[in-house]
Amino acid sequence: MNGVHDMGGMDGFGKVEAEPNEPMFHADWESRVLAMVRAMGAAGAFNIDTSRFYRETLPPHVYLSSSYYKKWFLGLEEMLIQKGYLTREEVAAGHAMQPAKALKHGKFGLANVERVMVRGKFARAAPAPAKFNIGDRVRAKNIHPTTHTRLPRYVRGHVGVVELNHGCHVFPDSAAMELGENPQWLYTVVFEGRDLWGADGDPTLKVSIDAFEPYLDPA
Amino acid sequence: MSEHHHHHDHDHSELSETELRVRALETILTEKGYVEPAALDAIIQAYETKIGPHNGARVVAKAWADPAFKKALLEDGSKAIGTLGHVSRVGDHLVVVENTAQRHNMVVCTLCSCYPWEMLGLPPVWYKASPYRSRAVKDPRGVLADFDVTLPKDMEIRVWDSTAETRFLVLPMRPDGTEGWSEEQLAELVTRDSMIGTGFPKTPGAPS
Repeated sequence: MNGVHDMGGMDGFGKVEAEPNEPMFHADWESRVLAMVRAMGAAGAFNIDTSRFYRETLPPHVYLSSSYYKKWFLGLEEMLIQKGYLTREEVAAGHAMQPAKALKHGKFGLANVERVMVRGKFARAAPAPAKFNIGDRVRAKNIHPTTHTRLPRYVRGHVGVVELNHGCHVFPDSAAMELGENPQWLYTVVFEGRDLWGADGDPTLKVSIDAFEPYLDPA
Repeated sequence: MSEHHHHHDHDHSELSETELRVRALETILTEKGYVEPAALDAIIQAYETKIGPHNGARVVAKAWADPAFKKALLEDGSKAIGTLGHVSRVGDHLVVVENTAQRHNMVVCTLCSCYPWEMLGLPPVWYKASPYRSRAVKDPRGVLADFDVTLPKDMEIRVWDSTAETRFLVLPMRPDGTEGWSEEQLAELVTRDSMIGTGFPKTPGAPS
């Protein structure tokens, strides 16, 4: 979707302000949100792409004015409601009122903690040979799906060169909508800065994205 | 009666609306049997103690000291790091990109906040915030200026937008004046920002 989350190349957000000696969390509730997201994901309530999509679908003014973990919280709460794990009445009451919905991997307990600290695997067997070779020129498609995609707007329609082939991975556009993993070839595609930003762009700049094969046409 | 009516643990008037909502959600998830609060505590403790930039610093220092490891690391980051024992949780999709005298690398996630947690810990707020995410791909030199970092004018700058589950770690250039240093000494010079590409390693002898 063409949301405010897709902010590569936007102007007006101001300076990058690094906080000296920044703490890992700025409040205890931030750490509880992180833990709940990790636990409910590991228990099978949702996949990582679906959780990203729920954050992206926050209203633009909410997305832009909420802190990082606030966005995580709002996305998590809405997603769990939509997926039937809790109800708005329960959220309003602050207590369980309905029977639980079974989780794919069961209750998240202490024995599962080790598992969330190991990064997931996203590579999958290839359903078909790769269409592109390293060095091929490719054009990012001019597509505007209203659902989740990982093709940023700032490269759409532009020509780049395939630099790396990462193998076949879970396709976020499908996984986010719970339409299956639909594995696709994944490439690093590099663009000249001036092709993206015009003649006034930094001549020394190259920008790459990791692009799934369905995002690309031969060029 | 009223002053004795509220909960014993905290005075809710001092809690933010967000904090109350987060507590309510945790209560519901617990009451419904989805999560054990102790398991949430353990996740937080694991993030606070097991991950952090020291993991990445160890990898960078080893690459500086050991040419065979560096070669393996640049060919297949996940596989090379997998040989190091305690930092082996990096997953399958880590790509290490090398800074040289000709090229500086910088990593961003314009769409959300993808970041090599296992190597660098949880990302700082600026990495996840709109100014960095919006400008890094268009005006990286301007972003670097916000970090008081200046690159030579003709140096290539390569920005890696983390749009998939691949993760990127910058291998910064080894500082001069570190000949014969041990990996432990070298690791002390490696900063988090130097592995994102928004900074350089510390200079030997400079105050930290």
